[in-house]
Amino acid sequence: MQHDDVIWDIIGNRQFCSFKVKTKGQNFCRNEFNVTGLCNRSACPLSNSQYATVREEKGQCFLYMKVIERAAFPAKMWEKVKLSRNYERALEQIDENLIYWPRFLRHKCKQRFTKITQYLIRMRRLVLKRQRKLVPLSRKVESREKRKEEKALIAAQLDNAIEKELLERLKQGTYGDIYNFPSHAFDRALEQQDEESESGEEEEEEEDEEDVGKREFVAEDEVDESDLSDFEDMNKLRTSSDEEEQEDSSEEEEEEMQVKRSKGKSPANGAAARKKRAYVEIEYEQETEPAPKSRVTL
Amino acid sequence: MYGMEKETKMEPEASSFPPTFSVSEIKNKQRRHLMFMKLKQEKRKQKMQLKKKKKKEREALGDKAPPKEVPKTIENQRVYDETTVDPEDEEVAFDEGTDEFSAYFNGLTNPQVLITTSDRPRGRTMRFCRQLATVIPNAHVYYRKGLALKRIIPQCVARNFTYLMVVNEDRQVPNGLVLCHLPDGPTAHFKVSNVRLRKEIKRRGKDPTEHSPEVILNNFSTRLGHSIGRLFAALFPQDPQFVGRQVATFHNQRDFIFFRFHRYIFKNEKKVGIQELGPRFTLKLRSLQKGTFDSKFGEYEWVLKRHEMDACRRKFQL
Repeated sequence: MQHDDVIWDIIGNRQFCSFKVKTKGQNFCRNEFNVTGLCNRSACPLSNSQYATVREEKGQCFLYMKVIERAAFPAKMWEKVKLSRNYERALEQIDENLIYWPRFLRHKCKQRFTKITQYLIRMRRLVLKRQRKLVPLSRKVESREKRKEEKALIAAQLDNAIEKELLERLKQGTYGDIYNFPSHAFDRALEQQDEESESGEEEEEEEDEEDVGKREFVAEDEVDESDLSDFEDMNKLRTSSDEEEQEDSSEEEEEEMQVKRSKGKSPANGAAARKKRAYVEIEYEQETEPAPKSRVTL
Repeated sequence: MYGMEKETKMEPEASSFPPTFSVSEIKNKQRRHLMFMKLKQEKRKQKMQLKKKKKKEREALGDKAPPKEVPKTIENQRVYDETTVDPEDEEVAFDEGTDEFSAYFNGLTNPQVLITTSDRPRGRTMRFCRQLATVIPNAHVYYRKGLALKRIIPQCVARNFTYLMVVNEDRQVPNGLVLCHLPDGPTAHFKVSNVRLRKEIKRRGKDPTEHSPEVILNNFSTRLGHSIGRLFAALFPQDPQFVGRQVATFHNQRDFIFFRFHRYIFKNEKKVGIQELGPRFTLKLRSLQKGTFDSKFGEYEWVLKRHEMDACRRKFQL
């Protein structure tokens, strides 16, 4: 026999109910067939022999009904009715199936059905929107990366690198005439050039002394008397061109010099060649510090 | 056993350990600890003696001393990457002449940057975006109202933007950056870490002005590094205003790209002072995609594969 009151008296008020969840203000019922979710005399599925719920399964809503006639057959206790997808039609179905049932159950079933359809609609809409993809982080990997980053930062020595780069750019002249410092660089360049020309002259003098004693056999026809005085200059030219070959400046000057030598020109040209040589040195110096066309250094 | 302990206790008075002795054999923790400390001291003393000897030899030889040994660093030991770019490589030069940035580098387009975030950004991310917008000239921050990126991109192209920057946020902190070059340019996805906003930078200068900054790109050596470098370079206008004395640096070290923004001043031709303004952050490249942002059907040029690429400590991609 089903004694609902007795059952409620026991599980609701005095003794233990495994579905009951007590909180500060309210009691909840965790039974999956409960219509409202609260622990009440009228909403408890265990202490009501005539009971109905609406539940959803994979987007389909069903009406579950329990009557006292089937109380002895727990396997067949709940009658399952599939509700239509149409909201109004489903409400009519609920009314149809729960005709002559207590008002409370009918109302609560319809309320629950409404809530379920609302959340199903929201789920479907959410799937269409962009969703945040959660990418799991591995703790080990993250800490490893963090450590590597710190070490890389130390190894980078950023301030030094930046300062060096800026000074490089200043030296190369990307800033043009904004700063007045380049005058120092100019002075230094001039000094360097003076030093080199001095050392060049010393070498020339040494070579002059070397060549003075040497004898060279030359054909009669090619040598003119006017050219005899050029011998020393010619030797100077030859040795100076050797020096140039050692430096890796352009070969065009060398070829020009050789061409001039073969034509046997006057010492004025030799002097010009020497002057040209000095001029070339300046050019060479400037070539070692080319102004960059692009600021981007890669 | 007792006898052995006695032996080991007697030995240290002579301050030399027998060769078969090991500290770990002593069972008593205190004594073991003492022995270990003594062992360490011995070793340190020997090391100092060796150092002193070497220094003396070095000074004695004077000029003829052998050159100082260079310590091994990770940069020294770096595994040679076959895609390292030669400065004179013709193929690279040709590629760079015809790739998506050629328009910028030939001076045809001016960079226009659109900065936005992921959905519902929190304060820190928004502040970061606004500071980025002051650092990059021609940059605008727009609030993301839950719009799909694929729909934003055609609109941006229509309004002549050249760059789209999306700052991704997690737990109220920016942690990712998607940099998309707009007229179907490459898209780079970075992991952002160590973001310091202006307030948090010590000894910083005043706010950056409107002048276009100069750009420094350091250590981008491989082909991949080159393309990333060009990606960064195209963010800024071609002619920097030297009057502003501001410089933005992207420094690559061991695959981490450090971004700094400084103001410099030349004290004389050998010394320059720099003062940090502006936000700082580090980037790590996660993937490079050929076209614009498309996570499903995009063609990925490069993806970080942790097991392959992080296996060797001395191998770097950028």
